[in-house]
Amino acid sequence: MAQDGNSGTDIAAADSSSTGHGTEHAVGTAVVARDAVQNPGFPPHRARVTDLDPKKEKNAERTVYTLFYLSIVGSVLAIAAYMAFPIIPEDIGSVRMNNLMIGLGLALALLAIGIGAVHWGKALMHDQEGIDMRHPVRGSEDTRARAVEIFDEANRESGFGRRSLIRNSLIGALIAFPLPAIVLFRGLAPENENPVDLLKHTMWEAGDKLARDPSGLPIKASDVTIGSVFHVIPEKLASVGHSEGYLEEKAKAIVLLMRLKPEDLVEDEDKKDWSYDGIVAYSKVCTHVGCPVALYEQQTHHLLCPCHQSQFDVTNHCAVIFGPAARPLPQLPIAIDDEGYLIAQSDFREPVGPSFWERH
Amino acid sequence: MNTVTAPAEPRPAVPAKKSGGFTAAASNYIDERTSISTAVKELGRKIFPDHWSFLLGEVALYSFVIILLSGTFLTFFFDASMAEVHYDGSYVPLKGVEMSAAMASTLDISFDIRGGLLMRQVHHWAALLFVASIGLHMLRIFFTGAFRKPRELNWVIGFVLFILAMAEGFTGYSLPDDLLSGNGLRIIDGMVKGIPLIGTWTSFLLFGGEFPGTAIVGRLYSLHILLLPAIILVLIALHLLFVVVHKHTQYPGPGRTEQNVVGFPILPVYAAKAGGFFFIVFGVVMLIASLFTINPVWNYGPYDPSPVSAGTQPDWYIGFADGVLRLAPPHLDVVLFDHTFSFGILIPLTLVGVFIMLVLFYPFIEAWITGDKREHHILDRPRNAATRTAIGAAGVTFYAVLWAAASSDIIATHFKLTMEGVIHTLQVLLFLGPVIAYFIAKRTCLALQKKDRSIALHGYESGRIVRLPGGEYIEVHEPVDDFERWKLVSHESYQPLMIRPDSRGRITVAQRARAVLSRWFFEDRIDPITRAEIESSNHH
Repeated sequence: MAQDGNSGTDIAAADSSSTGHGTEHAVGTAVVARDAVQNPGFPPHRARVTDLDPKKEKNAERTVYTLFYLSIVGSVLAIAAYMAFPIIPEDIGSVRMNNLMIGLGLALALLAIGIGAVHWGKALMHDQEGIDMRHPVRGSEDTRARAVEIFDEANRESGFGRRSLIRNSLIGALIAFPLPAIVLFRGLAPENENPVDLLKHTMWEAGDKLARDPSGLPIKASDVTIGSVFHVIPEKLASVGHSEGYLEEKAKAIVLLMRLKPEDLVEDEDKKDWSYDGIVAYSKVCTHVGCPVALYEQQTHHLLCPCHQSQFDVTNHCAVIFGPAARPLPQLPIAIDDEGYLIAQSDFREPVGPSFWERH
Repeated sequence: MNTVTAPAEPRPAVPAKKSGGFTAAASNYIDERTSISTAVKELGRKIFPDHWSFLLGEVALYSFVIILLSGTFLTFFFDASMAEVHYDGSYVPLKGVEMSAAMASTLDISFDIRGGLLMRQVHHWAALLFVASIGLHMLRIFFTGAFRKPRELNWVIGFVLFILAMAEGFTGYSLPDDLLSGNGLRIIDGMVKGIPLIGTWTSFLLFGGEFPGTAIVGRLYSLHILLLPAIILVLIALHLLFVVVHKHTQYPGPGRTEQNVVGFPILPVYAAKAGGFFFIVFGVVMLIASLFTINPVWNYGPYDPSPVSAGTQPDWYIGFADGVLRLAPPHLDVVLFDHTFSFGILIPLTLVGVFIMLVLFYPFIEAWITGDKREHHILDRPRNAATRTAIGAAGVTFYAVLWAAASSDIIATHFKLTMEGVIHTLQVLLFLGPVIAYFIAKRTCLALQKKDRSIALHGYESGRIVRLPGGEYIEVHEPVDDFERWKLVSHESYQPLMIRPDSRGRITVAQRARAVLSRWFFEDRIDPITRAEIESSNHH
């Protein structure tokens, strides 16, 4: 049982050792047993029932061609279904029938071919197993020697190894030539914009009215009852067209507005005037990877992101209390105008959304 | 694939048959222009062994063909544009809603083109099957040791295909520009932004400006229908070429050796069975597509950054990547040198990256540990490679925990558990689960080896209880025949590597590491049965 594999290879060669290719048997730490059990060879062939009983053979033949004919029926049914079950505009039931009937016809056509062919192969075709001999994957010694020789000749004839200046300059050129392609990809994004600047600002400005998402109707402080939550966009977002960056602006500017009992809020000294009478506004973009933090638990005052379950405590400046988010949701400082509408005091004081390299 | 062995030498124009009608004439015509008879001679009777587990790779291949067919149909109608349109199709609830042309054309395919919904569903179901079958195929390869020499590179190709299949899946999932796919892209955007140094700009370039922009669907479309399928096609061709060059592996069995391959020839049996199997796979996908809805984008509506529904889920194969994000603990942003390091994203990504690398390079690691340079064409029964099987079980468990984490909210609501409880449990399981799985699998393998050993030596329990004259009851054991026994005894074991100084009398660090790993792999082992043991047991 020692590691000197060569002594055992005469036996092992028969079944478990490598395909011999004339080189040393590198068995590593494999234990090549001296008296391993011998391969008993092939077991006697067992005839199938279709080989023994002509009636069964006939049955199998009938099954196979019946399946193939059935497949033709399936194809015809699928074509018929295309015509018999058209889609009637605004009738959802007709879509379902169209899908179902064409699909069933096609499924029958395909399955019948498949099952028929496999049955033919298994029950009727010659079932004596064949044997192919394996050869080592590596080329024969002659082939390998010739390959080396060819490279040698090529090297000699071209001077690839000898003329090092040519070789090295070529390698340099080959490394350099794809570089312009990388530069070309700069054009993937607008060239006069810098993502860092864009990410640090949203469209909120001092005096912008807070409006309902998606209707765009401004919100009065008196509309916001205790315990309620509003999905908010800037009122002026409604005037931005889709081609003018509506979705891009919205993706940064969405806000959640909640009213708590003022005594429930634990506010930092310098942020005391960011809320109005228990009404607070926070960015709706999760600081984890940017999903909308859409779920508000009224009783606990927790916000929950449905994507990765980060939880934020609204009473405590939306500090992260659970989940993978790293930072609190940025707060939007709000106030009310003369008519009692909620307005922003300014933009967010920090970038909204996921962390990025240049964020700090 | 079928021109591999065709030699380049010119051949005389001698057709196989002079007589005969159209078939002979046509064959001659083609052969005189392609030398195809050489390919038929080399490959026509090529032997493939039979086993149900060899079908998993076939399922993957066939679902790819189905994806190509159904996908081509979809390209005729899909409009990969994010230009804003007002939907005016048959689906009443969304009439007049502003959405991208991509979403609108997806709805048109679903509701206004006969058979369009069917093709969409065939495409999506086949894509799910594609990734699933590659995954199962890889598990089969892993647990049977089919990745060993000479097939290590084909393992790498296959694994790259697995990654590319997931990339295809994700790009395709994003194309309809519905609410769920938009949220998926938003998550990708957030992850990309978390990459140090290049993250912000990478996201900016990827989306052609700020998220979501108006470029991403078109760009993903080029990747989805052009670049990725082309690479996949080339790699599949290479993968199959290697299968032909190496010849297929086979399970141990009487008459099967490392020098032969036993099975059925391509013509006619394998052509019938494999060809028929393509139609079965296609038929099953078609049946599922006609009966079961998949990805009903009309229920989600067009993408809007604001709404999201609870219980959002990616397609199953992206689950592990979504799950790992959920398991990160809070507060992991660090500001260093005036820059933000988003460890809440970097740590999970690194964890998945390391896992992927370990899987990718496993064949080379194992080869280094065993030092075995021989070709292996007979598959291992998983029990006979106990440590490898245990490592596989640990890997599967690791993946399964990540996958479960992607449904943490659903688990919590469905089983009435707390969200925190589910996450904390999964966080612990992510590290503990693989260890437990490892030990259970290893001990089970060794126990099964012992059972094999006892059956090979003492026969199987016949269920016949006999009372001896002395009053003692025994169960009669029937001996197994030579053919049955061969399956139980025809494997090798490895022994732990002994550290030996090299020619300069030194013991290198690599040597030590290899010895440690080798001991870990092979310390617990059960030697295969020898002839002497069988003979002595026969005397009893």
